[in-house]
Amino acid sequence: MKLTLRVWRQRAADADGAMSTYEVDGISPDMSFLEMLDTLNEDLILRGEDPVAFDHDCREGICGACSLVVNGDAHGPERTTTCQLHMRSFQDGDTIDVEPWRAAAFPVIKDLVVDRSAFDRIIQAGGYITAPTGAAPEAHATPVPKPDADFAFEHAECIGCGACVAACPNGAAMLFTSAKINHLNVLPQGAPERETRVLEMVAQMDEEGFGGCTLAGECATACPKGIPLVSITGMNREWLRATRKAAGR
Amino acid sequence: MTDYTDYATGEPLFDAKAPEGPIAERWDRRRFEARLVNPANRRKHTVIVVGTGLAGGSAGATLAEQGYHVVQFCYQDSPRRAHSIAAQGGVNAAKNYRNDGDSIHRLFYDTVKGGDFRARESNVHRLAQISVEIIDQCVAQGVPFAREYGGLLDTRSFGGVQVSRTFYARGQTGQQLLLGAYQALSRQIAAGNVEMHPRTEMLDLIVVEGRARGIVARDLITGKVDAHFADAVVLATGGYGNVFYLSTNAMNSNATAIWRAHRRGAWFANPCFTQIHPTCIPRTGDHQSKLTLMSESLRNDGRIWVPKARGDDRQPNEIPEDERDYYLERVYPSFGNLVPRDIASRAAKNVCDEGRGVGPGGQGVYLDFADAVRRMGRKAVEAKYGNLFDMYQRITDEDPYEVPMRIYPAVHYTMGGLWVDYDLQTTVPGLFAIGEANFSDHGANRLGASALMQGLADGYFVLPATVNDYLARNPDRGAVDDRHPVVQEVLAETQDRLHLLLSVDGDRTPDSFHRELGELMWEFCGMARTDSGLRKALERIPQIREEFWRRIKVPGVGEEFNQSLEKANRIVDYLELAELMCLDALHRAESCGGHFREESQTPDGEAARRDDAFAYTAAWEFTGAGTAPTLHREDLVFEYVHPTQRSYA
Repeated sequence: MKLTLRVWRQRAADADGAMSTYEVDGISPDMSFLEMLDTLNEDLILRGEDPVAFDHDCREGICGACSLVVNGDAHGPERTTTCQLHMRSFQDGDTIDVEPWRAAAFPVIKDLVVDRSAFDRIIQAGGYITAPTGAAPEAHATPVPKPDADFAFEHAECIGCGACVAACPNGAAMLFTSAKINHLNVLPQGAPERETRVLEMVAQMDEEGFGGCTLAGECATACPKGIPLVSITGMNREWLRATRKAAGR
Repeated sequence: MTDYTDYATGEPLFDAKAPEGPIAERWDRRRFEARLVNPANRRKHTVIVVGTGLAGGSAGATLAEQGYHVVQFCYQDSPRRAHSIAAQGGVNAAKNYRNDGDSIHRLFYDTVKGGDFRARESNVHRLAQISVEIIDQCVAQGVPFAREYGGLLDTRSFGGVQVSRTFYARGQTGQQLLLGAYQALSRQIAAGNVEMHPRTEMLDLIVVEGRARGIVARDLITGKVDAHFADAVVLATGGYGNVFYLSTNAMNSNATAIWRAHRRGAWFANPCFTQIHPTCIPRTGDHQSKLTLMSESLRNDGRIWVPKARGDDRQPNEIPEDERDYYLERVYPSFGNLVPRDIASRAAKNVCDEGRGVGPGGQGVYLDFADAVRRMGRKAVEAKYGNLFDMYQRITDEDPYEVPMRIYPAVHYTMGGLWVDYDLQTTVPGLFAIGEANFSDHGANRLGASALMQGLADGYFVLPATVNDYLARNPDRGAVDDRHPVVQEVLAETQDRLHLLLSVDGDRTPDSFHRELGELMWEFCGMARTDSGLRKALERIPQIREEFWRRIKVPGVGEEFNQSLEKANRIVDYLELAELMCLDALHRAESCGGHFREESQTPDGEAARRDDAFAYTAAWEFTGAGTAPTLHREDLVFEYVHPTQRSYA
């Protein structure tokens, strides 16, 4: 396959960026999208040019490092991570646009690499269960009904890639934040911090400059792990419940 | 230059920290004898933890909970992305919830045997003891393990054992355990007890007056190289499987931290013990950048086979039952498809070498779920393995519900690593190594679902106790800062190395060297090793190294985000470590576990151990780049599990 790539190039956070055009040849349909970029970078290095910087690590779709907007879609045309996108999803002769996540809360570091540390700070605000090492009771002391356990797992699958934010017209982080709140709040172990968790995580999310939710639903469409849109409804319900409870005290 | 293979043998090594007495009481005894640091004094101590995987994340969180000031590093943009996240199958624990005859002693026995009698009994027993606490801890954190309808935890079986003791969260157990540790760490970051440095890579170790006192690290965004200081340093930087270029490791997983520590005095144990995992997706071409594992749990229900006839190129579904060879079930009837990884990998290699392999280039065997779908129904198979099947389909464009998967062995894990004593302390006082970065618990072959167990045992439970003891015994440390001559020297060496890489301006990319080294290692130090092959590799590696420093091309500058520079710098260390791996493989003229020397096999082609000559851990002392290291032997004593020829037939 022969392809034309238009790639966002930006030297550093405070530099101006622009799309640059490159031709790549000899691309096999079995290559992953990132292996196609590897091929481009090998050429660029030998030509004495700066290779395209992009985040990637496990290349198995689980670490959440890769983060490209391909032809306007976060992670490209398939419902998966960019590292699991294969070139068989494209046609010979295609022109492909490659851009970084675009969101006010995810500033560009270089080329296609963005700063997602805002996500870490949301988790730090309350996305945990306080269980110091050594303090745990016997695992079977508290049975968890299977539907609750499955619900928790379904939300815990979030890989923190940020596609939801990149896809959202408002740059909101509601799906990411709600996934963690739903995961922990449904479990009996998470109950004691149920209210503080939702209040503090949502407050942090707002402070980081993420937008508000208008239920466009783009986040759930882009999510490679299939976190459902109703996750956000669940978070809103938890937030209302916690707010009322706090007001009632 | 001396011949690299002409190594000297130094003083034998002795683990002074392992207590005597009945094995089941040793860990309790060590914990009691370990000194404590008064809680009020703990905040005066700084501990550096490098890495945020299961071992590093759990260690950082626990040390901070205890009151220490933790300074933690990871090269990823977030501590949540460490490669433990990719572990699929599960975590072992001797809970005996199944009432199927499991016990701490059985997990201990299985692990010592699975490791082909090349691990320390005391360590392995402690691991088995702690396994039960790990499950309690993770459940308390909200790790969503699979549960049964009654609300209790579900388990499944893994290779090399006959009980069901593997706890799991669908095919994402590593992810869920890691997020548990990451969340505990996040709580400590928010509380100000952990100072977290993401996108920062350790490039060297600072040893002052014989003690580990800090590290030199590069900020991957600005390129700035700085020294960081502490009273103790913990390396939780994972394994070195990426020496082989193609492996199931993450692209950026690397050996720099442990190799630089080795160069500064930490001895490296059993570097040739690498695990080749039997069930990975075969490579498709030269563009391949990494290999993807298919969880061992698939062998619970999938059946492995190849055609009986050589060169049978019919579609798998057209090959009738009686023309298929379910070779694992045939050769190992009692364990069948669930033999340990080293045995399954070698068996796959053998049938492919016989010309019965399937798929492109004959480098594959079938993993077939037709029977499972018939027996359990497609829905049940989907519930158990759905995400793995999706992943397979995405990569190969084939539907494993309809056509058998094609799998082939790939480099997955390294049992070798920095030598540590019972306290997980290396030969450099104050330097600890935990998780895959150390050599300690798996002998010559790791059993499935034991890596997660070991990482969390080290990080949550073992290290915090032993670091206490070290700091209590060494309370008076002189001040160290940037002006200290040792620090200046280490900083200057690091800067020089980076400058040199940038200034060669040759005509070959970092990846081209990495690929060349990887192919060499796979051919000569992979699934089967020979004296002559290893000697060839040992001759070739210094030549590649020489060529590297003549022809490497790294674009850009050091004071910026520069991924080519990161890569090239890691390859510098692979080019030295690879040589030690080959030397270790050459010197160990026996087969054991994942280390298969063709000269040492039973008449049936199984690994033949030579306990008379090699019942020891080989710890290598660095003496200079390219010069022969010194070998120190730690004899292995088996008081509880009598070494036998492993039998899974």
